[in-house]
Amino acid sequence: MKPESLSGCRELGVTREEGVVMDELKQLEVAARSGQLSRREVLKRAAALGLSAPAVASLLAACARQEATPTTAPAAPTPAPATPAPSASPTPAAAASPTPAAAKRGEGGLVKLLWWQAPTILNPHLAQGTKDFDASRIVMEPLADVNDAGELVPILAEEIPSVENGGVAKDAKSVTWKLKRNVKWSDGKPFTAKDVKFTYEYIINEATTATTIGNYKVIESIETPDDYTVVIKFKNPNPAWMNVFVGPYGMILPEHILRDYVGEKARNAPFNLNPIGTGPYKVKEFRPGDVVVYEVNEQYREPDKPYFARVELKGGGDATTAARAVLQTGEVDYAWNLQVEATVLDQLEKAGVGVVEVIEGVNVERILINMTDPRKEVDGERSKLGVPHPWQSDLRVRRAYALACQRDVIANTLYGRAGKATSNILVAPERFVSKNTSWKFDLNEAAKLLDEAGWTKGPDGVRQKDGVRMEIVYQTSINPVRQKTQEIIKNAFEQLGIKVELKSIEASVFFSSDPGNPDTYAHFYTDIEMFTNGPSSTYPLDYILAWYGKEDNIAQKANNWSGNNIERWQNPEYDKLFEQAQTELDPKKQEELFIKMNDLVVNEVVVIPLVHRNSVSGRKKDLTGLELSRWTDETWNIANWRRSS
Amino acid sequence: MTQYLVRRILISIPTLIAISIVIFTILALAPGDPLAEFAMNPAVPPEVRQRIRQSMGLDDPIPVRYMKWASSMLRGDFGYSFRSKSPVIDLIRQRLPTTLYVIGTAYLVSVLIAIPIGVLSAIRQYSIFDNVATTLAFIGFSLPTFVTGILFILIFSVKLGWLPMIYRTTIDTGGLLGVWEKVKQALMPIMVLGLFETAALTRYTRAAMLETIHQDYVRTARAKGLSERTVIVRHAMRNALIPVVTIVALSIPGIFTGAVITEQIFRVPGMGSLLISAIRDNDTPVIMAITIIFSALVVLFNLIADILYGVLDPRIKYE
Repeated sequence: MKPESLSGCRELGVTREEGVVMDELKQLEVAARSGQLSRREVLKRAAALGLSAPAVASLLAACARQEATPTTAPAAPTPAPATPAPSASPTPAAAASPTPAAAKRGEGGLVKLLWWQAPTILNPHLAQGTKDFDASRIVMEPLADVNDAGELVPILAEEIPSVENGGVAKDAKSVTWKLKRNVKWSDGKPFTAKDVKFTYEYIINEATTATTIGNYKVIESIETPDDYTVVIKFKNPNPAWMNVFVGPYGMILPEHILRDYVGEKARNAPFNLNPIGTGPYKVKEFRPGDVVVYEVNEQYREPDKPYFARVELKGGGDATTAARAVLQTGEVDYAWNLQVEATVLDQLEKAGVGVVEVIEGVNVERILINMTDPRKEVDGERSKLGVPHPWQSDLRVRRAYALACQRDVIANTLYGRAGKATSNILVAPERFVSKNTSWKFDLNEAAKLLDEAGWTKGPDGVRQKDGVRMEIVYQTSINPVRQKTQEIIKNAFEQLGIKVELKSIEASVFFSSDPGNPDTYAHFYTDIEMFTNGPSSTYPLDYILAWYGKEDNIAQKANNWSGNNIERWQNPEYDKLFEQAQTELDPKKQEELFIKMNDLVVNEVVVIPLVHRNSVSGRKKDLTGLELSRWTDETWNIANWRRSS
Repeated sequence: MTQYLVRRILISIPTLIAISIVIFTILALAPGDPLAEFAMNPAVPPEVRQRIRQSMGLDDPIPVRYMKWASSMLRGDFGYSFRSKSPVIDLIRQRLPTTLYVIGTAYLVSVLIAIPIGVLSAIRQYSIFDNVATTLAFIGFSLPTFVTGILFILIFSVKLGWLPMIYRTTIDTGGLLGVWEKVKQALMPIMVLGLFETAALTRYTRAAMLETIHQDYVRTARAKGLSERTVIVRHAMRNALIPVVTIVALSIPGIFTGAVITEQIFRVPGMGSLLISAIRDNDTPVIMAITIIFSALVVLFNLIADILYGVLDPRIKYE
């Protein structure tokens, strides 16, 4: 669920440029102030940046200040906040977290949040981005949400269904939710099981074009025996029953408001901009693309919550100034997704106003290896299934590629606190993480493998076999960190004698679903490509579907490249494991299956996992109770956010 | 005069149609997707994204899409935003006051400052005043707004802590304090834009003025024994202002569409940031609405500039 943050920086040239100059300016200034650079050096670098006289003057002033008072070192660096270990958050007690009795509703005044992408719609089922889910979640609620440890926390549900309490049927073909009884919509109408059923009908109507429909297709029917019981029947035994009505994709809609806006009329509902929810807040004012102002929902079921009287969620701008606003000037209390270079972030944090919150993410930055030939066009499509790649279909070559990726260097120098090297494609939840894989960087072994495969260096240093030269195209989206990663990998590949051509594509094009555009990640008309992905559910079937080899799951012309399997890799063993995981109910066996699937993909080198990415945000020092979770919206626990004195 | 006006207005219609066709085609040909972010989210599978794409009509042939757009446009309907599903006109209505306030003030300030400075510089050519003004104008002119903007943030927000770096439209503090807060947060964007505009305008005014004060009729006016003030204001300035008026009039449409970069830096929710986020999100209806309004304004203010010539210079006749 965490935003695909790197590509999130979908900025136009102008803003990206700003970001870069700004970062460098800041770095320069910081260096000047801390006395690392002499005036002469500052001048030289400033000139290189193309700074004008006044800019340089202010830098030199910083220098002078430093030279005059060499002893005033910056305040003691704040220690990096310990990442809350998943195992440390013990029970699903988040909703009932320790709230001092003194707290009164609305006591905390205004809390300011900054999302550098602005919400544009507040109906989560029509959301266009993570920002919309986050902004909706302040008003709307699902039956349950998922804390960072991956445990379900009841929200609108009275309790979490399980096999023990009879909520989950033994065959997992149905699940029964008991709802809380004292819940009212913010307009005073009672919340009942009918709203849950209505939400399903709203989403599943194809004309509504709900973004969230993917999770709901597994449902056969929903029954409401009484106002506080919901029975969901699935088409097949469903171990992923917690994917429906839970978390960001599961927020419940009010039937009495939206009854007449199902299907094509959905997009004209006033509700989309002014939602009625059961959550701690209601919308006071919403300007799409700019700001949402929330005020306390007086109907909220817990009388002493929320602590803050008003929430202001401002959107827009860029990540670097967002980091500055929360860490340095303290203008906002919380800033989302701080995709800022590690060194800059560290410097800003030293101001002592805010702290950087790092939670382990679910996403892995990876390189995908094309199993088909991107150069040969057959029946109007390249990279066609059944046309094997001339060398990448050889496992030895793929293993050589993997040996040439310096994952630790990429993670440490480019990501810092925002990521660590990994050898797995499935890095969460904990119980599905394989311990059988490892990675290393070894160019000699890689070279040996390539020699063995018959690809030997020609006179110009490029490997070739039967007149075919090993020249590859490596594509990814435009983003400074990705371009630097490309450079590191290209460098190692070229040492091996593999010629690499780098290609970077504007993110909104690369990630588009446009069947007419050959540059999308799904067309995969190059040899290798790189992006980030990760599960959105704690039973990550929808994620590992990406390697399922059934013909219609393969991205190709026949399905307008909407298949999930982009590498066009087919493996009967994997397919069998996947099919088994679709209906497996025994937790032990589930673990075995997922770990085996992970190991297959990794050992067959269909994908080279590079960096396990963390999610980074910033908060003012006195803001507490966030309980950020990698599985859901950052705002999910906002009823319990507090300001400590 | 009336005939002239009617003719000019009639000519502007095909111009606007041509502009709309060109912009629409470029937008339609440009690759991209409003739902690109969800490519990394397995909960939103590719076929769902593709369906939503189709429901927005993005896969229809370009002429069909254009005709749909044009016919609703003729009924005064700008359509619905892909992103917020709300009428585009509402989005624009929300943004316009902020843009007019911030960008409008910046333009106004720059006109008020630039014209006197430009005139004075020209009269006292090569004086210290002229040298200082010219140098400052060059600095202001050559510093892009994204550099001055960031510089101002570093100075006034980070170092001095005087001004906020995030613009808020939701200030509801009452009384004078509220007014002061609203003014305070607009200061930096106004300064950044004002500096740039003033610099440019000063250069134009100075150049135009220099040209006129060496004209024969100015010398004649002096020879008649008129006071220096009258000579400059009545005789020289009035003539020198003709090109300046053109520049000012033609930059007025810019107030409506906002200042993209400045608005982005300070998070000013104006028309410029609306346009840029719409472009980023491939929100065609919003982009089209803003560009069409902008084109119409450019055409309109061209006409106004032409009419103003006649007021400033009675020799110019319209036929």
